[in-house]
Amino acid sequence: MPDAGDRRSRILGGGVEGRRGVAIAVVSTVVFFTAVILVVVSSPGWPEVKRSFFNFEVFRDSFPEILRRFLINVQAFLIAEVFILVFALFLAVLRSLPGPVFFPIRALAVGYTDLFRGIPTILVIYILGFGAPALQLQGVPDSPFFWGVVALVLVYSAYVAEVYRAGIESVHPSQVASARSLGLSRWKALRFVVLPQAVRRVIPPLLNDFIGLQKDSALLALIGVLEAFRRSQVDTAGAFNFTPYVATALLFVVITIPLARLTDWLVGRERTKRQAEGAA
Amino acid sequence: MRRALVMASVFGVLLAACAPEETGPVAGPDESPAPDQCATENLPVLTPGQLTIGTDNPAFPPWFEGGTPEGSPWEINDPSTGEGFESAVAYAVAERMGFGPDQVVWVEVPFAQSFKPGPKDFDFDINQISYVPRRDQAVDFSDSYYDVNQALVAVAGTPIADATTLAELQGYTLGAPVGTTSFDYIESNIQPTEDPAVYDTLNDSVRALENGQVDGIVVDLPTAFFITAVQIEDGVIVGQFPTVGAQEYFGMVFTEGNPLVECVNRALDELKADGTLAAIQQEWLADKADAPVLQ
Repeated sequence: MPDAGDRRSRILGGGVEGRRGVAIAVVSTVVFFTAVILVVVSSPGWPEVKRSFFNFEVFRDSFPEILRRFLINVQAFLIAEVFILVFALFLAVLRSLPGPVFFPIRALAVGYTDLFRGIPTILVIYILGFGAPALQLQGVPDSPFFWGVVALVLVYSAYVAEVYRAGIESVHPSQVASARSLGLSRWKALRFVVLPQAVRRVIPPLLNDFIGLQKDSALLALIGVLEAFRRSQVDTAGAFNFTPYVATALLFVVITIPLARLTDWLVGRERTKRQAEGAA
Repeated sequence: MRRALVMASVFGVLLAACAPEETGPVAGPDESPAPDQCATENLPVLTPGQLTIGTDNPAFPPWFEGGTPEGSPWEINDPSTGEGFESAVAYAVAERMGFGPDQVVWVEVPFAQSFKPGPKDFDFDINQISYVPRRDQAVDFSDSYYDVNQALVAVAGTPIADATTLAELQGYTLGAPVGTTSFDYIESNIQPTEDPAVYDTLNDSVRALENGQVDGIVVDLPTAFFITAVQIEDGVIVGQFPTVGAQEYFGMVFTEGNPLVECVNRALDELKADGTLAAIQQEWLADKADAPVLQ
């Protein structure tokens, strides 16, 4: 049975012995990146690119305000994620309802996911962000932040519902049968037997969608929210220099990388566990 | 394993081999002392025998007028009609430099493309771009062809429409298109307590004002006249803003270091000296210059 160490060495290159593998990986990495850097730095446009994209002075001037605005992105995707996780689970459960009676509800859930996975996110944001306030309904907020978050929730719920559904379908039908034979109602079987296993299995793809959501929070800029991307756009236009974009990219990377590694780790753990279950 | 290592380095070298091709420097003038570097045949233009001028699409009034002929790729107005302030200025400059109307070629240049690094796709871009010292480090600007003031547009009957001073604007949500000096004016000089809203385009800003998502939008004064006349039914110009610091002006944008800028400046000087520029301004912007000044 493979152990965790084996998987780690696979990143370094198959079945090579530990130390030698590391040495080769290090040398190959150094050679590769040196070549790439040399190509970039020696290219004819490099001084111009360096001035436009990696300008320390512009970076220093724009970064604090971009960072402050980045908190708006963080707020947006955190709030959205909470609603997405709940709403998508609801959709997935609706779609998993058995029997011909529930056909209209299933059809509705299918229609929803088809629609919102099909429309580009940017269009949903535009249409809601400018369209909903144009209705001038009493009591309906016209804040672009509000409608931006609503749009993200609508779109990402469609994706996440499918992820949940895959998880629900991965639980073997015999488990439901056993639960029912133990006297659990259909709902209780779902609640206590199916969902706990389903959700645990789909945590990695859920995190994946969460990372996508984080990045898409920048789309709120389009409807007037002054967040990190918009701030960097303002700074870029003010100085005709693209460094503020690089600063914003850096912020997004800094928060997504830990999540990506966490996802990898969870996937690895799940695989190990399954293999252990299979061996038992 | 050695083979794999060789592969890695070969891959790196291959990358090096597909390094970007040398793009020659922008066609420069002969460095030897030419008799007149601004003589038409000596001009360092992109395509010999023609002047390539950029602006954004749609081309808005009053900067461009005359509509679009059948089959034109331009929206609202086609710059090649010669009508509208910027179109007229461009053709007047071209004429002074020795290019007839049929030698002027217009290309669509979105605002962000006007300052992309490296060589540009135009000889110059004329698109209501304000001179800012920091921008001047990335591109070259011509001298002023229009001194501009910012103005506030709101919907008639709303509280902000009665404002007469900058201080009264503090508590309102103001909007502006992204990347404009209009937005800079909000941030630097009005400094409202509410976060200003920034939109991709002028149209989006107008939309937000109509929706009541912002209380007012800041644009340059001639554009304010266009918006209130055409785009918003109950639109009013609350007032124009006083200049803070140096007078803001529109300049044509050139690739950094392009010697053509000298020749365009020379043409602009001539147009100013003989009154042509004033006449063009009178023709297209005369009724768009007056609004109460917010104190």
